[in-house]
Parts: sequence; C-alpha cells; structure tokens
Amino acid sequence: MDQIYRIEVIPRPGEVPDDYLLGDIAALGIAGVQRVERSELYFLRGDLAEAQLAQLCGELLADPVVQTARWGRADAPIPTPAGAVRVEVGLRQGVTDSVASNLLARVKLLGLDGLAAAASAQSYLLHGRLDEEQVHLIARRLLHNEVIQHYRLGQLDSHVGEEPRAAAARLTQVPLSQMDEATLLRTSRERLLSLDLAEMRAIQGYFAREGREPTDVELESLAQTWSEHCVHKTFKGIVEYTETTPQGVTTERIDSLIKTYLAAATREIEAPWVLSAFVDNAGIVEFTPDFEVSFKVETHNHPSALEPFGGANTGVGGVVRDIMGVSARPIANTDILCFGPLDLPLEQVPSGVLHPRRIYNGVVGGVEDYGNKMGIPTVNGAILFEPGYTANPLVYCGCVGIAPRGRHRRHARPGDLVVVLGGRTGRDGLHGATFSSIELTDETGEVSGGAVQIGNPITEKMVLDAILVARDEGLYDAITDCGAGGLSSAVSEMGEETGVTVHLERVPLKYHGLQPWEIWLSEAQERMVLGVPPEHEARLRRICEGYSVEMTVIGAFRDDGRLLLWYEDQVVADLSMAFLHGGIPRRQLKAAWTAPAPAPDPAASFSGAELGQLLLRILAHPNIRSKEDVVRRYDHEVQGGTVIKPFIGPSSAGPSDAAVLKPLEVPDSWLGLALGCGFNPAYGAIDPYAMAISAIDEAVRNVVAVGADPAQISILDNFCWGNPLLPDRMGGLVRACKGCYDGARQYGTPFISGKDSLNNEYTDRATGQQVAIPPSLLISAMGLVPDVRRACTMDLKASGDILYLLGETRRELAGSYYHRVAGLSGGAVPGMAEAGPATARALHRAIASGLVRACHDCSEGGLALAAAEMALAGGLGAEIALDRLPELPADALLFSESNGRYLVEVAPEQAAAFEALLAGLPCARLGRVTAAAELVVKQGATLFALPVAQLERAWRGHLEVQP
Amino acid sequence: MNQPRVMILHAPGTNRDREAALACEVAGGAPEIVHINQLIGGERELAAYQMLVLPGGFSYGDDLGAGRLWANDLYHRFRQALDAFVGAGKPVMGICNGFQALVKAGYLPGPAPRQRVTLTFNRRGHFECRWVRLRATKGRCLFTQGLDEDILCPVAHGEGRLAVPDAAARQTLWAEGLIAIRYVAPEREADAANLAATVPVRPEAGYPANPNGAVDDIAGLCNAAGNVLGLMPHPEDHLYAYQHPRWTRGERGGLGLPLFVNGVRAARAFA
Repeated sequence: MDQIYRIEVIPRPGEVPDDYLLGDIAALGIAGVQRVERSELYFLRGDLAEAQLAQLCGELLADPVVQTARWGRADAPIPTPAGAVRVEVGLRQGVTDSVASNLLARVKLLGLDGLAAAASAQSYLLHGRLDEEQVHLIARRLLHNEVIQHYRLGQLDSHVGEEPRAAAARLTQVPLSQMDEATLLRTSRERLLSLDLAEMRAIQGYFAREGREPTDVELESLAQTWSEHCVHKTFKGIVEYTETTPQGVTTERIDSLIKTYLAAATREIEAPWVLSAFVDNAGIVEFTPDFEVSFKVETHNHPSALEPFGGANTGVGGVVRDIMGVSARPIANTDILCFGPLDLPLEQVPSGVLHPRRIYNGVVGGVEDYGNKMGIPTVNGAILFEPGYTANPLVYCGCVGIAPRGRHRRHARPGDLVVVLGGRTGRDGLHGATFSSIELTDETGEVSGGAVQIGNPITEKMVLDAILVARDEGLYDAITDCGAGGLSSAVSEMGEETGVTVHLERVPLKYHGLQPWEIWLSEAQERMVLGVPPEHEARLRRICEGYSVEMTVIGAFRDDGRLLLWYEDQVVADLSMAFLHGGIPRRQLKAAWTAPAPAPDPAASFSGAELGQLLLRILAHPNIRSKEDVVRRYDHEVQGGTVIKPFIGPSSAGPSDAAVLKPLEVPDSWLGLALGCGFNPAYGAIDPYAMAISAIDEAVRNVVAVGADPAQISILDNFCWGNPLLPDRMGGLVRACKGCYDGARQYGTPFISGKDSLNNEYTDRATGQQVAIPPSLLISAMGLVPDVRRACTMDLKASGDILYLLGETRRELAGSYYHRVAGLSGGAVPGMAEAGPATARALHRAIASGLVRACHDCSEGGLALAAAEMALAGGLGAEIALDRLPELPADALLFSESNGRYLVEVAPEQAAAFEALLAGLPCARLGRVTAAAELVVKQGATLFALPVAQLERAWRGHLEVQP
Repeated sequence: MNQPRVMILHAPGTNRDREAALACEVAGGAPEIVHINQLIGGERELAAYQMLVLPGGFSYGDDLGAGRLWANDLYHRFRQALDAFVGAGKPVMGICNGFQALVKAGYLPGPAPRQRVTLTFNRRGHFECRWVRLRATKGRCLFTQGLDEDILCPVAHGEGRLAVPDAAARQTLWAEGLIAIRYVAPEREADAANLAATVPVRPEAGYPANPNGAVDDIAGLCNAAGNVLGLMPHPEDHLYAYQHPRWTRGERGGLGLPLFVNGVRAARAFA
C-alpha cells in the first residue's frame, strides 16, 4: 500500500559549517534570531519496510559520521523545539529535482523496488524571538523563491510524484484573419509573443495567402524565431539617427548596426586567422595549424533577476552549450556580474524585486555550481555594484572552447535524422526568448514564472563527453544547442536551407500533459540537436548508451524548404522556411543622441595627504576592492592549463590583468591564450561612444599586459541596454556601435561574436516610473600568447627595478573613480589614445624578449591604483615621481583614466634595451621598486607615503580613513 | 621498462580524468580512461589493470553528498573486484571526489565496507579553490615514499573537511599510521618558497593553509597496507613548472608528480 514517508537528515552538533544565513537575517533588520538549524528533507512515496528505510538512510541519505536521520509517515507531526519556528521549503511541481531523480535511480541498485516517487526539500528551525510577520519576511526574502519553490511555516505538505496539470494535448487555431489592429496587439501581449503590429500584420498576411488561420504552434514558432533574442531585429533594423552637438544637428540613415559597424570592422580588418565570425554559435579563430579556439559571451539577465541561482546557473550552461555547438571542448569560463548596492536599505528595493544581496548570493552560487561541476575553469571576470542595476542585474557568461580544426560540421543534409541528446523536455523556461525581450515589472515574477529554469551540469557534462566522441568519429553533419526558443529555434535554424519534419510526440518528456507548442518551445536545459546521417544512427546510439545519455530521433531534414510539425497523426505546423526566417519586416527605429552640455572640469585642490586618502578610498570601493571571497569559489585550476591565474604574487592575492591558458589538448606547443575584458558603464552614462573606445582599449591592454600579441587579438561585443524603441536609448546604442567600429579599427582587433540584451528596464506599476540600466557594453578579448614562458604578471618582483609609465596621460577625469570617491563630476571622459596600438606593439616586443619583469594596465583609478595594486601584489614598495609626466595637476596625473597606458617594471640592466624598443613612443621613467614596503609619490616634494600593508587592508575592504 | 596499465575510472560527472591520465602517463604508466558503464557492462575488467585512479569531479552531481553515489557503485557493483585489487596490494589512488568515494565506501582508512571517517562540508561553508602546501607523513604509504620535497598543488572542493566520529577514531588514524598527507604552513614566512620537507612548520596549519578545517590538518589518508591513498588536493594539476602559482617570480618545485611516479613504480610489480 502506497505511503508517503518523510526523512529528515540533520547535522550532528559541531558539524555545522559556517552559516551566512544569520548575517543575511541581520541584514533584513531582524535581530531576534540566535541560530538556524538546517536539515535536508526527503519525501518518498511507495511501500517500504522499516528495515528498508533504515538501509536507505544509512547507505544513501545520511552520512554516518556527521549526520543523523529520522523518518516516519509524512503526516505524523514533528515536534518543534520550544523557542523555535519551523519553516520548510519545497520545490514547485515540474521544477527539476536532480537529487530526487538520482535517488530514485539508485534505489533500484539497492534492491528496493517499493519506491515510486521522491522529492527533496529543506527544513529550517529558526531559534529566537520572532513574530509571524518576521518569519514570513525571512522565508520570502531568504529561504525560498516563489518562482520555483513554496514554503510553509511548520511541516510541509508533500505531494510527491503528483504530476503537474495533465491536460489532453490539443491544437488551437488562432483566428488571425478577422483581427483588427487592437486585437492583433492584444493577442501578441496576452500570448507573451512580444511581436509588434508590423510583425503581427506580416503573419496575418502570410496566412491570408495560405488561405487559413495559423495554429498556436505556428504562431508561437514565428514569435520565437522573430524575437529580439533570436533575430536581433534592433541591431539589424533601419535606424534614423539624429545627433545634436554644439556644432549642430546631423542626421543619418543606418542600414543595420551589425552590418554597418560590427561586421564591417571585422571585414575591413581582414585578419586571416579569423575562421568564423557572427555566423555560428560562437566566433572561431585559428590557434595552431591543427587546433581552433572559439569564444562566446551571452547574458542571462532577466532570468537571474527572478531566480538568481537558476538564472545564472543556466546562463553558464547555455553559453557552454554554444561552445559545444561549434564541436569544441570548453576550456575556460568568464563572468561579469552587475548588481545593485549590497547595502541598499530594504525600503529602497522596488516592489517585486529581490534585494541585491539575495541576487548576488544566488548568482555567484549559480555560476560556481555550473562551471565547477562541468570541470571548466572560471578564469576571468568582474563584479560591479551600481544603483542602476538594482532591478535589472546583469549576468554575462562567457565560454572558450578548443577543437581540432576541420571537424566541426554545420550543414544538415536532406535525409539526415533530427536527433536530440541530453535532458528531457518539460515546461521549463517557456517563452524565455520572448520574455527576455520584454521589460520587467513588479508582476513579471508571477506572469513569467515558467520562464525560469534549473540547470543540471552533470547532464550537460555527460552530453559533452558523448558529443566529443561523435565529433571525432564524424557521426554528424550539423550540431546546435537548444537555447532560447528550444527545439523551435535549434531545429528550424538547422533546417533553414533544407526544411525539416519533426514528430513532437517523440520528444522525451519529463512529465505528461505538455501541449504540442510547449514541447516545441520549451527551454528545458542540457539538450543538443544533431543532424545525423541514417547510417550513423546505430553507432551514435552506442556512444550515447556508453555515457548514459538519452538519445531520441524526432524527425528528419527535408529538401523542400518546409517546416512540418506533427503531433501523433495530426500536422500542427506547416510553414515555409523562407517566411519563418525571412518574413519578418525590417524594424524601423528612431535614434537621437544629444551631446550633454559640456560640464566644467572641477579644479579641486587636494593636499598630498588628501590624495593618499582618496587612493585608499578607491582601493576600498566595492567595484575595485579584492573579489577573492567570490573568485575562490570558482575552480580556476581544473584542466591544468591555467598558467597565469586570477590571483598572483607571493601571497597569491594580487589581481591579474588577464588569465593565460596553455590548453591540455596541445601539449607540444608553448602557445597560450590570454583572456581579458573591458567594461566601464560609468563612461556610458556620459557618452556611450567613449565607453566603447575605452572598453576596447582596456580589453586589449589587459591581454597585452600578460603577453598577448596585439596582432592576434579578437574581441566580442555584448550590449546590455534599455528599451530600443525609446529614441534616447537607441541614440546611445548607435554612439556605442560607432565607438566599437572606431576602436576595433584602431587596434586591428576583429569582432568575432556579439550579442545584445535589450529592454533592461523596470517599470514600477505603482508609480509608473520607468528606469533603464546604465548603458553597458562588455568587450571581451582573446589574444594569442606566442610563448607562455614569456607571460608576464603584474606583481612587483625586485627592489631596485625601474618603473616606467607607457602612454600619454591627459586630464580625463569624468566618470573616474577619483571623481566618485571625491564626490566630483564634470570634465572629459577618456578618449581614444592615438599612440595606443604602437605602444602595445612595442610593449609586446619587450615582453616577448623577456625585458619586462611586471606589467599592469592603468584603468579604473589610474596610475595611482595601478601602482598600489602592483605593490600590494608583490609585497614590495615603490617610489614614483610625477615630475617627468606632462605638466598637469597631481590629481590628474594620479587618477586620470586615460587610455593606452601601462605601468611597467624593468630590471636596471635591461633598461637601455627596453627604452630602445619604446623609442619615439610616450614612455616616462617614473621611479623605482623599493624594498621598504611603502608607496611613496612625489611631485617635487613628497605628496604621500602609504604603507603597502595599509593599501592591502583598504583593498580588502578595511578602510582606515584619517579624520 | 614496462608500462603498467592504469585505469582512470570515469563516472558521470568526474572531470579531472584527463589530468589524472596525463600524470600517470608522465610518470611512466599506460593510462586508460574507462567509463563506469564499461565496467558494469563487462567491456573492461578491473583485474586487467595494475593501478586504479579515481579522479576528481562531481560524480552524479554530488547529489546526496560528495562521492556518496559513486561509493555506492563501488560498494554494490564492484566490491568483489575492488576487494581483490586492493587485497593484492595494487596501488589505488582517489583524488578529491575519488577520495570522497573511497572514504564513503569504507576503503579508506579501511578495511571496507564500514565507513569510519568522512569528508564533509568545508568549515567556511562553501567551495574554495586555492594552492596548498602538503607534507607526507613518514609511513607505509607506497605513494609517498622518499618525498624530500613538500608538494604544492591546488585544492578545489566544497566538501573536503575530514571529520571523525570521536576521539578514538582520531587516535586510531595516528596510531595505525593512516594519515598520509597533511596541510602545512611554514613557521617562518621566509620559508614560503623553500619547499624542502625539512622546513619547520607550525603545529597547526590554520586557515587558509588548511583550507577546509580538516581535523589534524589531514589532507590524505592511506590504508593500513599502504597501497590505497586518497587525498583532497590535486597533485595532477602540478606536473609542470608553468603551473606553479609563482613561476613568474622564478619559483619552482613542489610538483605533484612523485606521487604518481611512486604509484606507477609499485604497479610495475604486477605487470
């Protein structure tokens, strides 16, 4: 007789790890909690004897050394200790529960046949004086997320093994032909299609010509294929651009931002080593004659706003699949994260938005979980905190892959089978593609709950293992990942040239009851689609069985350019690929850029000692200070190729400019890969053009500083922006694209891939207030290091060495960290550094010749911060004199963030050779490295002298500011 | 010289298989990464190999506890073959997740199948990746013989804290010479780059030298016979000078390779 059992696994006293929950509760302003006891809950449905339950607990659920288990019928009351409140949290139905599925699979091995279903959950005992409202607040803010979980004060009800609503599959016709404009728009809105009127009309016209109404499957397919996320209609649209400057007004018609600026730069640079740019799942460049490397950066902002762990987790999983989609093995991950301030007062958090601290914890945990579990080192990134990201956090996830050249195939042939590998399909992430194209409101969490997904990195790792074998045996003609838009996007892109038939009822499901359109659109994770010649099906199946990967043939590619979807014996979609992919009307956009009125440069006159204090404040700024507490949670060593690590110097705490990898795949070469990034939204708030110039300059500087050859750097653009239908947002976007073109041409760095995440705006329903994020452009750079044995780090190495500043310092303080910590604004943002490329080339020759002991780029915080970081990383002091620099006030020389600059350490015996290489370029001898661990800065007289220990304490967030 | 066959046992979710294989290859062995399904299906047989490595990673996602389900495999599917392998004195090494599995299946400190100690959540409550310094304890462990240099290599785990049920269990580990490798911190900062195994170390390594709070700074255990070694850190990630975290400062040494060289040497006796 079926019973539901409840098993609670409790840590033994003294075996509880440090718990951050207490701190989080205190941060909510609740003081009464003394301690929290957590335990794991398992609900089992089946017919199990007492001895079997004991065996299950002993062998699988509880660690005999540090945990105890208690079990009983689920409805038997569990006493709650006096002075404590019980809160229990379970997953909503249909949410992936990998613990439960592993448990079920395993129980068979133990010979316990009586178990029918399982679910996992958590129990919390909050000890202390709390009223009910406070408990609800803790549960809502910290213990559960209503998008995927439910909670209860007291014992959880269990509905183990009950499947989500199982309506019979049915096909709906949508009576489009009769609709007027208003009804078309309402239909788009109500079905979360995110299509505008012109697009709805184009669809109406198509079906009028076909002489019938669309099915729901067809309408959903079109909405997904035409979504901003999948088709980039803003970047491919026609833009009427107006620029207003003090010199006057100019107008311009731009035919596709991608074509005009990004792809144009790549085409004109004509780098012969670019193997694939903008056309595949990732950009691909030549590594050695036998190997190619690929790089892709994606964003997963909206999902991370709603479910931070799952959103970031599947963000990583998604970009890793992009790399698998170019038949490569992932060898490195990168992540750039933007949040609201962690100390934001609760009352300032907009309604429906999670607190930045909660988002931060979840996102970091999600990134950690996926990368670590897949065995991919996370080696580069950044974390920023700005009020503008409170409602719209940004989660950029990058992945680099390596593959033998010539093995990746990307053209399915008629007759090839459509094969799905990996995870099963559920209702996960429905409307993710269209959802990522809409603005968040305080109701979005409820409306779009289904858009969130939970990842399972181990499933993806297993799929990866199988795919690499299939690649090496040449078993497929085409491969792509299921990302946004699910099978709809993956399969119809693969079949664009050929046509394709899919039988939706063959797709393996997590549970019954999915409608045909839900199967087609589901964004369930960890799925790859392959085009497989029929003669290879059997061999591929054997490989998949060997790796325990589920493989299903769901259809075949055609030769007539039609998309034909069946559900059992019924055709549920019959579309022409030409219309699906080419029928979308070009978007017409208006863009306006008005140059802000020039703000006067505030001529501050700080004393030397005050400048020193400002440097400490910059070091301690949340965006600058050490991120070691986060970054050490990512495995940066797995795969054994991390030659230059995120942390360097004698105490392994210095912030590396970029990572250098020597891939395990290529043991007989010293060639390396440097990964860096440039990102500074503070400039974007003033002028997006300058932001783009600076981001490219910084990304290039980062990789050059560690030894990359400036002639072999490729870059990626990732735009996170507001609503492009608002002309001011769009105007900024045009400015940024112009900056991308100019910056890439200046350095000769081709774009190989790019992505945009638009509509990062939040509308508060109550106030009607609409807020966009700061315009945010991430430039990621990947450079080749000719010989990793010459790679360079930024920690000072030896006292007596000479310090040089390369590049030209100008008074460019707008948007600088100096202005931020000093409370100033105005002046000029950093512009293009004319000598930047020549300086990078000369510096590279010096590094490659072994003339450079240490090198650090000057970016946020300027020269002063670069010197401080080099000193604290190396545990040595430095004495620098500003007298040989241009005649500018000390604050500008120290803190200006002018582009194209590097601070370089050279041994005295190499100085002549170094200076000869830099001849004719801006290169100033600034001072020396000293054994006394003190940073001394002079301009004539000494401006300030700060112990390196104090710099380091500030950089770790312990600020000791003088009164 | 013969090249003993080394099985690198791949389970769903292990991910440091290739580095472990490389380490065994550089050490003179003939490694083969074998999927657990190949063992289950009888395509491969443990007895045909002279050495076994259980590599790092997240077998089965570490669901239900790190290494727990993999241990369950060892215990229920391969117990006979593994008991024979271990009983014959063939070298067996578990790294990180592999160590967790060997502990939870009872092979470490042994004898199987009773689990005597455990590896559980780090004191700090989260995953951590950092380089650590390891010192071998003099004893019977065949992998650590003749090490005159400490090993420098990364840890990368969230559940690596060795914990014992009681004082008696802890006493047994010491008394029976089952503690093979410990985290150490040089007494003097000046010795940080001096990797000689004679450098004086602090009585307690403390965080972060002991990154997880393991009792008695234990990083690795061996069985009483000395042919089974398990450790949380990753010696397979320090095979070359350019993996050293401070090689750009001219620091060298502390490779993890000797453990594999010793293992492969011992395996030769069975080839």
